[in-house]
Amino acid sequence: MKLTINGETRDVDVPSETPILWTLRDVLGMTGTKFGCGKALCGACTVMLDGSPIRSCVTPISAAENKKITTIEAVSEEKAGQAIQAAWQEMAVPQCGYCQSGQIVAATALLRDNPNPSDQDIDQAMSGNICRCGTYTRIRDAIKQAAAQQQEGSK
Amino acid sequence: MSQKNNDTPDSTIENVSRRGILKGFALSGFALAVGMPLALLAEDEKPKYGRDGMPNGWVDNPLAFVSISEDGTVTIVAHRSEMGQGVRTSLPMVVADEMEADWQQVKIIQAEGNEKRYGNQNTDGSRSIRHFFMPMRNVGSAARMMLEAAAAATWSVPVSEVEAKQHQVTHKPTGKTLGYGELATKAAEMPVPKDTDLIYKSAEDFNFIGKKDNKLVDGYDIATGQTTYGMDVRLDDMVYAVIAHPPAYGDKVESYDDKEALKVPGVIKVITLPSSPPPAVFNPLGGVVVIANNTWAAIQGREKLKVEWKAGPNRSYNSAKFREVLKTSANQKGGKVIRHKGEAYTDLSNASSTLSADYYIPHLVQAPMEPPAATARIVDGVCEIWTATQNPQAGIDTVAKWLEYKPEQVKVNVTLLGGGFGRKSKPDYLVEAALTSKALGGQAVKVVWTREDDVQHSYFHTVSAEHLEAAFDDAGKTTTWLHRTVAPTIASTFAEGAKNEMVMELGMGVVNIPFDIKNIQIENPAAPAHTRIGWYRSVSNIPHAFAIQSFIAEMAAHQKKDHKEFLLDLIGADREIDPATLNDEWNYGESPEIYPLNTKRMKGVINLVTEKASWGKKMPEGSGQGLAAHYSFVTYVAAVVELEVNGDGEVKVSRIDVAVDCGPQVNPERIRSQVEGACIMGMSLALMSEITFTDGVTDQNNFDGYRVARMDAAPDVIHTHIVTNDDYSQPLGGVGEPPMPPIAPAICNAIFNATGKRIRELPVGYQLES
Repeated sequence: MKLTINGETRDVDVPSETPILWTLRDVLGMTGTKFGCGKALCGACTVMLDGSPIRSCVTPISAAENKKITTIEAVSEEKAGQAIQAAWQEMAVPQCGYCQSGQIVAATALLRDNPNPSDQDIDQAMSGNICRCGTYTRIRDAIKQAAAQQQEGSK
Repeated sequence: MSQKNNDTPDSTIENVSRRGILKGFALSGFALAVGMPLALLAEDEKPKYGRDGMPNGWVDNPLAFVSISEDGTVTIVAHRSEMGQGVRTSLPMVVADEMEADWQQVKIIQAEGNEKRYGNQNTDGSRSIRHFFMPMRNVGSAARMMLEAAAAATWSVPVSEVEAKQHQVTHKPTGKTLGYGELATKAAEMPVPKDTDLIYKSAEDFNFIGKKDNKLVDGYDIATGQTTYGMDVRLDDMVYAVIAHPPAYGDKVESYDDKEALKVPGVIKVITLPSSPPPAVFNPLGGVVVIANNTWAAIQGREKLKVEWKAGPNRSYNSAKFREVLKTSANQKGGKVIRHKGEAYTDLSNASSTLSADYYIPHLVQAPMEPPAATARIVDGVCEIWTATQNPQAGIDTVAKWLEYKPEQVKVNVTLLGGGFGRKSKPDYLVEAALTSKALGGQAVKVVWTREDDVQHSYFHTVSAEHLEAAFDDAGKTTTWLHRTVAPTIASTFAEGAKNEMVMELGMGVVNIPFDIKNIQIENPAAPAHTRIGWYRSVSNIPHAFAIQSFIAEMAAHQKKDHKEFLLDLIGADREIDPATLNDEWNYGESPEIYPLNTKRMKGVINLVTEKASWGKKMPEGSGQGLAAHYSFVTYVAAVVELEVNGDGEVKVSRIDVAVDCGPQVNPERIRSQVEGACIMGMSLALMSEITFTDGVTDQNNFDGYRVARMDAAPDVIHTHIVTNDDYSQPLGGVGEPPMPPIAPAICNAIFNATGKRIRELPVGYQLES
């Protein structure tokens, strides 16, 4: 099967029902996308499929045919992704960091679609991503900072 | 400064022993590095406390921890496990500060498990900073002095004329300089100064210690997805394994049929692992292992397995029934008396005013976002493991036992941990990987725990019933405190049949209450364990603080007094209490002289947090503030929670203020992040998390059943107020765990103030629905 991942065409030979997550991690060696629950409950595995955040642990690779997968390794190719990654570092958001790939992908998608998200928008977009270390208040602040920085940049 | 992510293990996880030759101040020193710190040489009669009391103690030899390459790169070894607390940043930062290294030229590498070389590596008990702050200062100071000695020797000038600053040594009279890289080789040949000869920087010259804006060592790699956790390890020719574990602790494999499993594309082989007789210790649970060429195939294969389990003794475990057993015990006199002062029972029967209450706290599972995973291979009689572990030495020892190897034949490489919270102190999953590799003739294999494995087969936080009674005199003064705590003990994991809480569990806030009360009776009735009981961030402080701090709020309400004033009054006058006088012989392993229980500091955080949170301010209908304070891991914490309970009985926490007195601070930014995280984890266990058992099997198996706080539950704001202290000669306190215990009682006290409804059983769940 031919896949487009982070702008590159990749050939994989796996059963079509294999989730995108395990194809990325075990077959292609792209371990930035994390395994957390396997049931679309925690968001650690979030990637973008044609720009929309999806839970790669329950999305079969067949669903990605003729579509573009964007993972944490390439979110910086979007302006929103750069702003999010910068804010994450600036505000020292992560603790253990394990969930943060998924958080950053979800936050990037949010910010790209909604350049000035309210607290409610953030709650809605980010509540599928669990962080057991409890970095939520910093994630919220970092998204707002990234939004402000983007607005500043576009003036 | 960062781990690089490549496909080969040699570069994926850089370990000291694997990184080849670093020129300069380098490997020649490693033989010396095993050298004995003075504290270990002294075979004294006195009990050993603090860092001296840890197994394998501490090491402060600069040659073990620091190397400098000719390009000036300073490589610092992080020997404690990074699980989100920031230790890979904070301890190397101490070294870099004392040695005047330029942080931009510092690289951090993770030590493999080797306590003889690095000192204790068991990363638990909120003690990395308080036990290794001084050894790491010694390392940095010694390295700086060796660089200065090398420069002085190069220039043939007295060492008093040279000064190391910002990665170079200057000859003060002439102004000439040599960089650390230029000095590296010579510095390595200089004698290592004795600890007694070390010269330390003064606090006003610190570059990083106590500063607010230190950046995370792994911040960039995390933000760009380049970090390597145990789950991410990849070796050549590696296979993947998922294990069908016994559904209840103590069950065994009777028989299995793997025909359908083997038909799953990618599944290679199915084997069994032996289960171990109790006690659980760190032994594997046993089960049926599905080995495949990717994780997904292994998971699918496991689903197709047909396993007949032989029911074990814990199939009778039903936590709803057990709750009643615990409650009954907590309400009966006659348990083990663990503290007795005055005549509590007499006073309770004679007093004109008494109060009693029962509290219940369920089992919990740590559920770090990265489930346990370990990769093992065996080459030429050496088993090498790559994994996320809090306790690599226990991994080495346990794997060696199971493989019948010497400990020297087992290597444990420590990756980043995707959370730990106590779960990853237990190396059972390392043994599973080692045994599976052995069964495959030494082939590299990664054992992956799915979330279902993690939630169902952890070493669970205990379950407990807490019974409290108080008596008051006519003036409203508390004259008696009676507390019965009943909970299966962690000791049962190490000694079959243990039924009473250990000294360290009792020392977690139940026996060592600093209250000025005439009659005190504290009892610990027996409780059997029916599953593996283990550590969970802040451990027994969770139930003890919940019960005690809730009860004090109830007492205040009963006496119609302000909660804060009542609590301060109960603590009483300023005094330093010898923990032994409270029957606390443990004191978190710390010296009672250096770490007495200081009531002034306890009251200090209560006063600070109530002031910052505007305690007592008018709250809207349905809203309330709640207060709680707790001393644990030799740190004093108080919290005020503000929340609203809506018409549907849902709790929305809007603000949490936490005051922390942990002595002098090394990395305040990470202290704040730990406090914020503890608030969220405390909210989870207060409001929604619970593990229950039916016929020995957990009723929850993923984040749908086991609920934890998400973004929509997060408070608008968490304010951390750290008590100022820049006297670095004073003892340091723990940080990772202490902020958590007060959160649940502060929440329930706020719920009471908002609604008049007293929550005595966690989690709050749906109890507020009308």
